[in-house]
Amino acid sequence: MLLREVGYARPGSLGEAIQLLAADDGARALAGGQTLVNVMKARAGSPDALIDLGRIEELRGIELGADGTLEIGAMTTYTELVESSEARARPILGEVCAQIADVQVRNRGTIGGNICTSDPTNHLPPLLAALGAEMTIQGGNGVRTVAASDFFLGVYMTAVGPGELLTKIRIPAGRNDGFAAVTLGIDGTCIVSAAATHNGGLTLAIGCVDAVPVVLRPASADDDAVRAAVQDANLDPPSDVHASSEYRRHLAGVLAVRAAHQAQGSS
Amino acid sequence: MVSTEQRISVTINGTTYEREVEARKLLIHFIRDDLDLTGSHIGCDTGNCGACSVILDGRLVKSCMLLAVQADGSAVETVEGLADGDELSKLQQSFKDHHALQCGYCTPGMLMSATALLRANPHPSEDEIKKGLQGNICRCTGYWNIFEAVKAASE
Repeated sequence: MLLREVGYARPGSLGEAIQLLAADDGARALAGGQTLVNVMKARAGSPDALIDLGRIEELRGIELGADGTLEIGAMTTYTELVESSEARARPILGEVCAQIADVQVRNRGTIGGNICTSDPTNHLPPLLAALGAEMTIQGGNGVRTVAASDFFLGVYMTAVGPGELLTKIRIPAGRNDGFAAVTLGIDGTCIVSAAATHNGGLTLAIGCVDAVPVVLRPASADDDAVRAAVQDANLDPPSDVHASSEYRRHLAGVLAVRAAHQAQGSS
Repeated sequence: MVSTEQRISVTINGTTYEREVEARKLLIHFIRDDLDLTGSHIGCDTGNCGACSVILDGRLVKSCMLLAVQADGSAVETVEGLADGDELSKLQQSFKDHHALQCGYCTPGMLMSATALLRANPHPSEDEIKKGLQGNICRCTGYWNIFEAVKAASE
């Protein structure tokens, strides 16, 4: 398919990329392109210019700190996360990335692209919200960090502003995590998803029931408490061709319990 | 510098091609239209079917989900690179022996996905074979023989 005419630049450094993005309101960052290229084909978006982040070393790599904290470059692909020995410090990351789409998409798609898209049907927004990830955003005015709970602002909207880039994702140490989803076909996009982490108390994040992941902290990790927390959240999910609002609400409770079980090692 | 055209150099099956391309050109069109390597197919053009799969710097990708300019400086393998002259690769021969194609449209992509799979994992389990071919659709639904061909080539 022939795309609309578009400019292209492939900066070699983060500073240069930020400058290029700041110089043109119509410029968009191109990460793995597994969403953006299709959006452009569908004419759902027509950036004036693509700033290709593919050759910026500063955006790559997975580092495991002495305290178990993971620092993941925004341009790290799903496949790299699946294969990384460092990422096994938080096994759920590789486990969920291995469920995204197919080999080809996992080889190109990136963690940064997945969350910056802020598509409610994506796997990683609820997972990173549950894990308490922290995002580092860099722009012309410097560097700031944003908690996952403040990162997702709406459908296709995040805290990354014009002329800024998500550079890395910091995930605190921890182990007891879970993820459950009902998807469109195996490894497809989510109809409803739930992520859980049980480090101290239980934290849940439900995806596809609102514009952004809904974070819940049940009174306890018991099934009844998890169901009650989902019930009390008064979710009002959208209806579409795949599921009614009522069915999504039902799935939220079922998947929250499944994710909580996995987080407690009893799935 | 932002530009709507760029000079790129891409090595395909061992031959390096230098061309001026528009930034909006997808890699599959560069391969098929500019270089006349028409073995890689365009099935859906939406990233779903995998008929355009090629191996880029050792990783399997869908060449309709990538701009040609993104492949600048890379090494690409397409289905044309699998056989050694008239001698089919073990996997290609296995596809022939197991009648692993009906209309044949998906075959180039299936071969590239299976090639990438067997390189990374020479003796995959049955589930690993299925997962390795997950990104490729055969609309004749001839999956079973394709699966059998890959399995036999891995033994």
